[in-house]
Amino acid sequence: MTRPATPPDLRLEMLSQPRFLTAARAMVGQLAQRLGFNEKQAGLISLAIDEALCNVINHGYQRRPDGPIVLNLWAVDPASGGPGLRVLIEDRARAVDPCTIRSRNLDEIRPGGLGVHIIREVMDEVTYEKREGGGMRLLLYKRVPSGDAGGKE
Amino acid sequence: MADTDLPVTTEQQADATILRPGGEIDLGRAPSLRAKLSEVLRRKPPRLVVDLSAVAYMDSSCVATLIEALQLARKQQTTFVLCGLQPRVRSIFEIARLQTVFRIEPDLSAALAGSPPP
Repeated sequence: MTRPATPPDLRLEMLSQPRFLTAARAMVGQLAQRLGFNEKQAGLISLAIDEALCNVINHGYQRRPDGPIVLNLWAVDPASGGPGLRVLIEDRARAVDPCTIRSRNLDEIRPGGLGVHIIREVMDEVTYEKREGGGMRLLLYKRVPSGDAGGKE
Repeated sequence: MADTDLPVTTEQQADATILRPGGEIDLGRAPSLRAKLSEVLRRKPPRLVVDLSAVAYMDSSCVATLIEALQLARKQQTTFVLCGLQPRVRSIFEIARLQTVFRIEPDLSAALAGSPPP
C-alpha cells in the first residue's frame, strides 16, 4: 500500500503534544459520522486515530513536544473509490522496522501496549511504512458498513 | 487549570473512597489521574470506587493507568471498582478484553453494595 496519489480532502498539521489530540479526535469523529458511520463506529475510528497519534508522540518522538505530525484524510478510498475513510499519518520521528510493530498479548494484564491492538481491531486496513527521508507513515482504511452486513464495529 | 489537569473530586462514603474524574482522559490527562489514584491508594482504603459517569472519553493511556491502580489495589487488599461507564468508554474495555478483569458496576449504588452503612 502506498501513499494515495490524490491530495487529501482534509489535512491537520499538529505538533507532538497530547493537548492537540482532542482536536484531531473531534475532526475525525465528526467527519466519520458525516460519511455514514454510526456514532459508535465514528467513536471507535477517532479512538484508533488517537492511539496512532499517541504512539507517534510517545514512541516516535519520545515525548519531544516539537515534532511535526500530519494527519491526512480522504472521504472515499482514493484507490477503489469505495465509501469509507482513508487516513494517512506521517511523522519525522524515529523510524522503526514495520515488522516490529505488533499488538501485545492481551492475556498479559499489564499497563501499556494496547494502542496497536486497538488500531488493528477497529480499522479494516493498517499499514506501517518507513518514509523516504526519515520518519514513519501509517496508512489506514475503514469502509462504511453497508446495511446490517457491516464491517467490524 | 492547566490543560493537563483533570477535573476530579473525591468523596468518602462509609468504607469507600469515591473518585469522580470528568471530561476526556487521554495521553495528556492520564498522568493527572494517575497522581490522584496514587494519592488515594496510599491511604489504603478498604474500597476505592472510580465513578466514570462524567468521563466522556478515554484512551489506552487512561486504561493503562487504571490497570496500574487495580494491580496496586489488589496488592494492598483494596477492593477496586469501576462504575458508570458511558458506552464510548465501555467499548475500549471490550476491545482490550478487560471487562472481566475489572469489577465494573452499572452505577454508584451497585458499586457501593456490600459496603457497611455510613
